[in-house]
Amino acid sequence: MNIPLKASRRQFLQSSSALGLVIGFHLPLAGRALAAEPGGDFAPNAFIRIAPDNTVTAICKHIEFGQGPYTGVATILADELDADWGQMRVESAPADVKLYANAAFGIQGTGGSTAMASSWDQLRAAGAEARARIIAAAAKKWSVDPASITIGKGVVKDASGNSATFGELAELAQVTEVKGPFTPKQPDAWKLIGAAKLPKVDTVEKTNGKALYTIDVKMPDMLTCVIERPSRFNAKVKSFDATAALAVPGVKEVFAVPQGVAVLATGYWAAKNGREALKVEWDETGTEARSSEQIIKDYVDLAAKQGTVARNDGNADAAISGAAKVVEATYVFPYLAHAPMEPNNCVIHRTDDGGVELVFGSQLQTVDQQVAAAVLGLKPEQVKIKTLLAGGSFGRRATPAGDMAAEAAAVLKSAKHQGPIKVLWSREDDIKGGRYRPIFVHKLRGSVDKDGNISGWDQVIVGQSFMKGSPFEAGMIKDGIDQTMVEGASTLPYQIPNLRVSAHMADVGVPTLWWRSVGSTHTAFSTETFLDQLAEVAGVDPLEIRRKLLAKHPRHLGVLNLAAEKAGWGTPLPQGRARGLAVHESFKSFVAHVVEVSVGSDGLPKVERVVVAADCGVPINPDVITAQLEGGMGFGLSAAMFASVDLEDGRVVQSNFNDYRVLRINEMPDVEVHIVPSKENPTGIGEPGTPPIAPAIANAWAKLTGQHVFTLPFSHSAAKA
Amino acid sequence: MGRLLILFAGAAAIVTVGAAVPAKQADKVMTLKSVHSFASIPDQRQRSLALFQEASKVITHARCMNCHPAGDRPAQGDDRHPHMPLVVRGVDNFGAIGMRCTTCHGPKNFDPAGVPGHPEWHLAPIEMAWVGKSLGEICEQIKDPARNGGKSMEELVHHMAEDSLVGWGWHPGKGRAPAPGTQKEFGELIKAWVDSGAVCPAT
Amino acid sequence: MIKLTVNGNPVEFDGDPSMPLLWFLRDEQGLTGTKFGCGIAQCGACTVHVNGEPRRSCVSPMETLDGADITTIEGAASKEVEAVRAAWIAHDVPQCGYCQSGQIMSAVGLLSLNPKPTDEDIDLAMTGNVCRCCTYHRIRTAIHDAAQRLEG
Repeated sequence: MNIPLKASRRQFLQSSSALGLVIGFHLPLAGRALAAEPGGDFAPNAFIRIAPDNTVTAICKHIEFGQGPYTGVATILADELDADWGQMRVESAPADVKLYANAAFGIQGTGGSTAMASSWDQLRAAGAEARARIIAAAAKKWSVDPASITIGKGVVKDASGNSATFGELAELAQVTEVKGPFTPKQPDAWKLIGAAKLPKVDTVEKTNGKALYTIDVKMPDMLTCVIERPSRFNAKVKSFDATAALAVPGVKEVFAVPQGVAVLATGYWAAKNGREALKVEWDETGTEARSSEQIIKDYVDLAAKQGTVARNDGNADAAISGAAKVVEATYVFPYLAHAPMEPNNCVIHRTDDGGVELVFGSQLQTVDQQVAAAVLGLKPEQVKIKTLLAGGSFGRRATPAGDMAAEAAAVLKSAKHQGPIKVLWSREDDIKGGRYRPIFVHKLRGSVDKDGNISGWDQVIVGQSFMKGSPFEAGMIKDGIDQTMVEGASTLPYQIPNLRVSAHMADVGVPTLWWRSVGSTHTAFSTETFLDQLAEVAGVDPLEIRRKLLAKHPRHLGVLNLAAEKAGWGTPLPQGRARGLAVHESFKSFVAHVVEVSVGSDGLPKVERVVVAADCGVPINPDVITAQLEGGMGFGLSAAMFASVDLEDGRVVQSNFNDYRVLRINEMPDVEVHIVPSKENPTGIGEPGTPPIAPAIANAWAKLTGQHVFTLPFSHSAAKA
Repeated sequence: MGRLLILFAGAAAIVTVGAAVPAKQADKVMTLKSVHSFASIPDQRQRSLALFQEASKVITHARCMNCHPAGDRPAQGDDRHPHMPLVVRGVDNFGAIGMRCTTCHGPKNFDPAGVPGHPEWHLAPIEMAWVGKSLGEICEQIKDPARNGGKSMEELVHHMAEDSLVGWGWHPGKGRAPAPGTQKEFGELIKAWVDSGAVCPAT
Repeated sequence: MIKLTVNGNPVEFDGDPSMPLLWFLRDEQGLTGTKFGCGIAQCGACTVHVNGEPRRSCVSPMETLDGADITTIEGAASKEVEAVRAAWIAHDVPQCGYCQSGQIMSAVGLLSLNPKPTDEDIDLAMTGNVCRCCTYHRIRTAIHDAAQRLEG
């Protein structure tokens, strides 16, 4: 290979004939209003609009941040309509709780891996209705029996040779009523649902720089805002001196908001420099001053006692105290930042009708709408929400208090500037800014009886509830327990006769939040590694003990056996490698991981191979599911290896990707994904791919080195051993 | 911190050479003694040794050691942690194809982001590796044209005293401790050491 | 006055000389395909080509770019760019997509000088580009695919 030592200046070809290799999907561009289309449309319901130009637009009520709902909703509707994939378009829905509430929450929002699960019946019915009306319109136009009409790839035909496109029939279909019910297709008639490879609707724009995110929004007379925030959570501005900040060219205004001190400038660089020139005094009265270390110690003390009981089968205390062998372990999980690639941001501007519009990656649209309205003294219907593509979320954008909407509204409210404002967070704001996956401590005791059976399991979980005090409290806190703290443990599928799970909800002054797979981020680790420890004590193979204890859980068994088979569980490995496995249900989907691990050159686990098996019901878009399982695994691996936000004196130590380390391509293992065929209703896939990887690695590591892992991330464990 | 029940101690055995210069040894020293202050040592050999010991406060400083790694990957920061992200020397010590030093490092320090820079930013060649070596080994290596880039002693003095990438060590930008003293003082120490016989420590 | 070329067009800048190229491109040139992810050259989302080589625009102050030839994702056009885009689309690499402009600019930088990279070559060239969706497996596959397209 002949490579010049230093690259010479390259000539760039001007030809762009092959750019954008026509697949033919276009995202809605900003400014294209939902109802702004010219007449002649066929809009049978809130989810479909067919235009005379023969485009079929799916209206997606879920935010697209990579998990694939734009492609998913388009697939369901296109299949019901027998549309051609090339004529499909997608737009995001406006905030409207009546039309677009998530059936799982009652508000409009995306989360809990519910996008497809909660849209499945609704969109199939919506598509079936549209199809029936198109057929009725064609029958009317051609004066033929509707039963003689067929649709294929977006072309409507009858037996006598008549033919029309959807676009040609749109206007007539709009005035053609058909009585329901509208029966969706049977699975054997599906053409797009389940198709192995359907190009995603948003890929082309994500390869040419045209995909529009909030940070890209530009409006006339718009200013950029950054906010100086306290280094202790919830500290308040006591006083500030903006003299130097206002002297920075481009800085227009500086003022206090509840979140800190806002700097408005003509662009980000000026705003950032203005912020650095600020002098702010903070009132830290009542703020959290503990270190992570102290919080963990306090949790360990709490974990010594039984908490509020979430599940109690048999008598765990009796089983453990009388057992032949007892195992105890204490697990520690750190604060985790979501760190999506696009840091928090929001564009807000006044509208002609006296209201405002927020343009951003809103994940809980109707919460954000209400929060902004409350801050500005408006009615919710005076607040429009335009949801844009977002550069990842992993839970971060779904804040029960509508954080970004509240912040943008507060800035708009206090600004003299009357034009649009774009509020941007830096990466440092993001890493230091809170809303972390909370610290958790788990204490487990388990027993193996004289016959080698697991006889008792007692699990105490200590952590902070982010549901407490939120609008979701009523739904999520049951019998004194935040279900998101114990899910995955209180729902342990293994047949263990004496099992108790209890929890303590600690009060901590650190803002926390759900993080991809929520409770399962920690419960999958403690339960799946503790089970391996008990299996070791019982002298049983980890796969065999799971098969035995999951006899009544066929879908767990299905993914477990598939992953084990594809990974060659039990077959010899090269020297210096070991396998580990884990299986976990979350968001009604089932995922098993089998990993091969060696000792890396840095002394940390090196994951050589991951085999994933998943059952999420009907696989609507198998390739999107595969991508979510690849990426979800990588996201879990990233956290397990490196991630920890640490507090010292109540202040966050880490600041950016240099010290809040995340997975890079050289650390990404080889991964293969197998999907269990299923006729069950579709269930979640954005989150369920994350939980099993960390325990699978720890289980392999225990086999390889004899060392069980009780603290995440692995890098902390090794560094502090 | 007091994390309980911690795990895989010993799995991460890191091999170190016993006599290697320990990290951080010199990093808290801010100044260099002048050549003049060594004049009172009557024995030329002892004086030469002492001059080198003084100059070694620079040589073993994080600013120098970080880019004289024994492997392919430089270190960074006063705590000499592995360079993040992963970068390697590549075939020409200017980085891998597609991830050159110049991908991130410009012609000058960029303090707003804490990224250092210099027009010639690159790694010392592997034969000039210092990390993991004793001071005596580093000293012999510096004198050896096969391992110092083919420099005569005169050229070596010039390199230490005048080279602007070496000089970056005293102007490393925000967030990094500069090498002790000044490049001029360092150059004078090296010249005096050479003039006194360039004696190296035994270890 | 700093004069430079962006996607073939001559442009001028006389603002804060320490302002990074990233913000000149995004806030002043309206070229928003180049993304802000970290501001300290840790994530690669801001990668553009300066004089034909990948460079993190977030740490490239304007004062160092007089006479420079800048190419962004919007203006990238070469046989390598075409091959990389085609491979990215064929493998549906992007998830959230935010980092992908930077990933593509880095991949093009690699393939322009090394048309047949190994897995290790890819890792070393692409390790500066973070993807929080962890599309890395597909990025690796797509770069190999692009290399094959360039060969064929």
